[in-house]
Amino acid sequence: MTGVKFDFDKPTKLIGQPEARLDAKRLLHGRGRFVDDIQLPRMLHAYFIRSPIAHGKIVSINTSGAMDADGVVNVFTGKDLENVVEPYVGVLSHLAGLRSPPQAPVAIDCVKWQGEPVAVVLAHSRAQAEDAAELIEIEYDELPAVVDMEKALDESCPLIHAGYDSNLAWQRTVDVGDVSSAFSNPDNFVVKKRFKFGRHTGVTLEPRTSIAEYDPSDDQLTVWYSGQAPHMMQFIFAKHLGLLEENVRVISQDVGGSFGIKVHTYGDEVAVAAIAKLLGRPIKFTADRYESFMSDIHARDHVVDARMAISASGQIVGLEFDDVTGIGPYSMYPRTSAIEANQVLNLTGAPYVIPNYRATSKVVFQNKNLMCQYRAVGHPIAMAICDCLLEEAAAHIQMDPVEVRRINLMADNSYPRTSASGMKLDELSHQAALNKLIEMMDYNSLRADQLEQRKDGVFRGIGFVSMVEVTNPSPMFYGIGGAPIASQDGATVRLDAGGGIHVSSSVTEQGQGTNAILAQIVADVLGVDLARVKVTTGDTKTTPYGGGTWASRGAGIGGEAALLAANALKEQILDAASVILQAKPSELDIKNGQVVDAKTFVEKMNLSDLARTVYYRGNELPDEAKPELVATRHYRVTDAPFVFTNGAMAAHVEVDIETGFVKVLDFWAVEDCGRVINPLLVDEQIRGGVVQGIGGALYEECLYSDEGQLLNTSLADYLVPMASEMPDIHVAHIETPTKSSVLGAKGAGEAGTGGAPAAVMNAVNDALRHLGVTIYQMPMTPERILSALAETKTDN
Amino acid sequence: MGQTKKIKVMVNGERIERDVAVRTNLSDFLRNDLGLTGTHVGCEHGVCGACTVRVNGQTVRSCLMLAVQVDDLEVTTIEGLADTGPVSALRDAFLKRNALQCGYCTPGMLASAVEYIEKIGEPDRKKIREHLSGNYCRCTGYQSIVDAICDVIQVGTEK
Repeated sequence: MTGVKFDFDKPTKLIGQPEARLDAKRLLHGRGRFVDDIQLPRMLHAYFIRSPIAHGKIVSINTSGAMDADGVVNVFTGKDLENVVEPYVGVLSHLAGLRSPPQAPVAIDCVKWQGEPVAVVLAHSRAQAEDAAELIEIEYDELPAVVDMEKALDESCPLIHAGYDSNLAWQRTVDVGDVSSAFSNPDNFVVKKRFKFGRHTGVTLEPRTSIAEYDPSDDQLTVWYSGQAPHMMQFIFAKHLGLLEENVRVISQDVGGSFGIKVHTYGDEVAVAAIAKLLGRPIKFTADRYESFMSDIHARDHVVDARMAISASGQIVGLEFDDVTGIGPYSMYPRTSAIEANQVLNLTGAPYVIPNYRATSKVVFQNKNLMCQYRAVGHPIAMAICDCLLEEAAAHIQMDPVEVRRINLMADNSYPRTSASGMKLDELSHQAALNKLIEMMDYNSLRADQLEQRKDGVFRGIGFVSMVEVTNPSPMFYGIGGAPIASQDGATVRLDAGGGIHVSSSVTEQGQGTNAILAQIVADVLGVDLARVKVTTGDTKTTPYGGGTWASRGAGIGGEAALLAANALKEQILDAASVILQAKPSELDIKNGQVVDAKTFVEKMNLSDLARTVYYRGNELPDEAKPELVATRHYRVTDAPFVFTNGAMAAHVEVDIETGFVKVLDFWAVEDCGRVINPLLVDEQIRGGVVQGIGGALYEECLYSDEGQLLNTSLADYLVPMASEMPDIHVAHIETPTKSSVLGAKGAGEAGTGGAPAAVMNAVNDALRHLGVTIYQMPMTPERILSALAETKTDN
Repeated sequence: MGQTKKIKVMVNGERIERDVAVRTNLSDFLRNDLGLTGTHVGCEHGVCGACTVRVNGQTVRSCLMLAVQVDDLEVTTIEGLADTGPVSALRDAFLKRNALQCGYCTPGMLASAVEYIEKIGEPDRKKIREHLSGNYCRCTGYQSIVDAICDVIQVGTEK
């Protein structure tokens, strides 16, 4: 890494301390400002009419009734916007062969999923726009819908896109070693399962919202946007609306949850910006919950046929699987809908020594809502395939699931090395994490309790997962493939005349505490009170250029940039102090907002006096002393494509075989996210991630009819984990700082969501296996568990 | 917009008189007509609890109530929750425990937490979790929220 040396163990350290998030006070007083809270002069409200069918031709649209309705200013159809918005295509060059046709923000001739925008009404209030929408007459010629992804590649299946020879978007195979011989060797035991992972979605409590305002006098578009990546959106609005990038300002302030949902290009949001440009007045669009379910990206939706070969002594000899995933009718722009499948291929089995590995994924088009990156992209699938097969195989050779992991997990002293799929791994601690997990959960007592309870007809199970998480991505994730997505981030840190510090960073805040940890890092480096550090993020006009917050990169990349910038500012401060105080910079330091003698800590001058001297009374300084107390530094990962983290988790569940209900009794997570910047924040991040993972494992699913109709479009029908059904979640850390940065922080935000589903699936199967029942379909609903139990009874 | 009706309502201690469309729900009235944007709308279905406010001391889902229904009543939103007593203690405890992330559910969560402390008041994690089941939080694991409420009750009991 860089030559910056840093003392993380000084007595006044802030990095590593459970500091409260000072900028959360606003939110506790109801003084957040979310996009829908903003009212601008002359603002209109957009309401989108969405396709009621999954696939069909638009025969006619009659908008005349709506145009005359109360409060309506205009109505636009896809054709009206055709010449205003350049269509977009969701492909990346490093995903060789990925194809997807050009997509328009509002459908033009043909609708390809239920929920696709077809027309938009602009009125003085949302209510007026909704009223008027009922007066618009749209005639469709319905076409057969491709709904079942497993049949999407059948020759008899209708084609979704004209000019394509099949509904295949992309496929890739990874083939390492000699898988065939691993499975044909009669000494090995082979376990084979079909996994199904249902579609679910992010359910940000604040729906997607944006306000676009266009000033024709200087060709300036400003978009208040509830999202994660302002600079990416700046590029997209500019490119597709024909504006210069510097004339587009994207502001993302308070964001009510994102989880990857708010980092994509949605037609409704592009249309709103285009209409703002056409009408020259602000337009607000706020999705309601029904629209959110139909238009926020969905995730998962995989069917995987997988098998594992294991030796009699418990060593994994081979792993092989075929994955199919349905992504809707288009690959999402600009990140594409092939990344999840690619992650599944890359990450499956990554914690373990697996000499022979073959995996294929087929990504297919279908007439459902678009699928794309949601929290822990691909991880729940990858972890479940390997860890659930491993526990199944261990059960068959009568080996404890902990023991089989100890045999197969990569040794903590064996890095750097590569995963089964060839990913570069370094500085991981699987064995230490597992050991700590076993200790904290009191494993032996739980096993004794399990046998005792079983005598009374109470079926409890314990399940594990050992996992990796992709964090701190380098340009190899998106930039390499041509995406307008920065992998580097920057921070500007300045000392103001009053002695306060201002940080401006290109990473963004959606509640994780990004702003708080940036302040914590900078206050630590500069030796100032945390309350004197103010942070600005989420504004393309005022922050350095960067990627934003996604793929667990805010702390690891944004935090490092802040550390480097603060360190550079500290050098400037000490240089100025050395001139004023007639001392060498090396003899000085900063503590509690004072320049002090580095050895005796005797206070020499406070930072405000220093800044006022530099800013106001430069005449007292020699001419060569520069009047600047501000530094900007950027950082990107150069050592590897990703900085992997690892974790070990365990779930303890009780399955009621009469009702099929699963109660999660307890959950433990040991996470190695490198240097922990703030345990208070990271622990609850991990817990929140675990809860979303439990949601995916047990409750959450977007259900479609055979005709492609989404059946559960309200929070009454789509089950989100509630407080009463969640357990307390015990979190511990192993800290292996990454050497790829001074700070040493890796990501942590997605670990729980990536790991918990496999642990819960293993726990449920551990509870049921002695009854001759296993289940490999998520969510593991009561109905599915009862069906599995009923099948066993029939078999017997 | 259809029929309107004049209502008189006390909102956060301020007397308000407005003509409102009879179909306007309370959450839209608070947010759009009065600018009280601390009340958030998550589902418009009465499920997520983000829009929870107090009407004559009772917690209600403001998305399930019409503005005309609060005629002659008193409404308290997050902006009007006094910064004293249990509310102040809850705010401090939420901050100390990091019982919020994005903050979208927080105003409703605080309203429900105040109700729990006033009406039940036991530091019983299971009961707290049951009470909060009408308030979705998608960011935390709920645990820090339960911790914060327990902290406030325990400190209150020790006094």
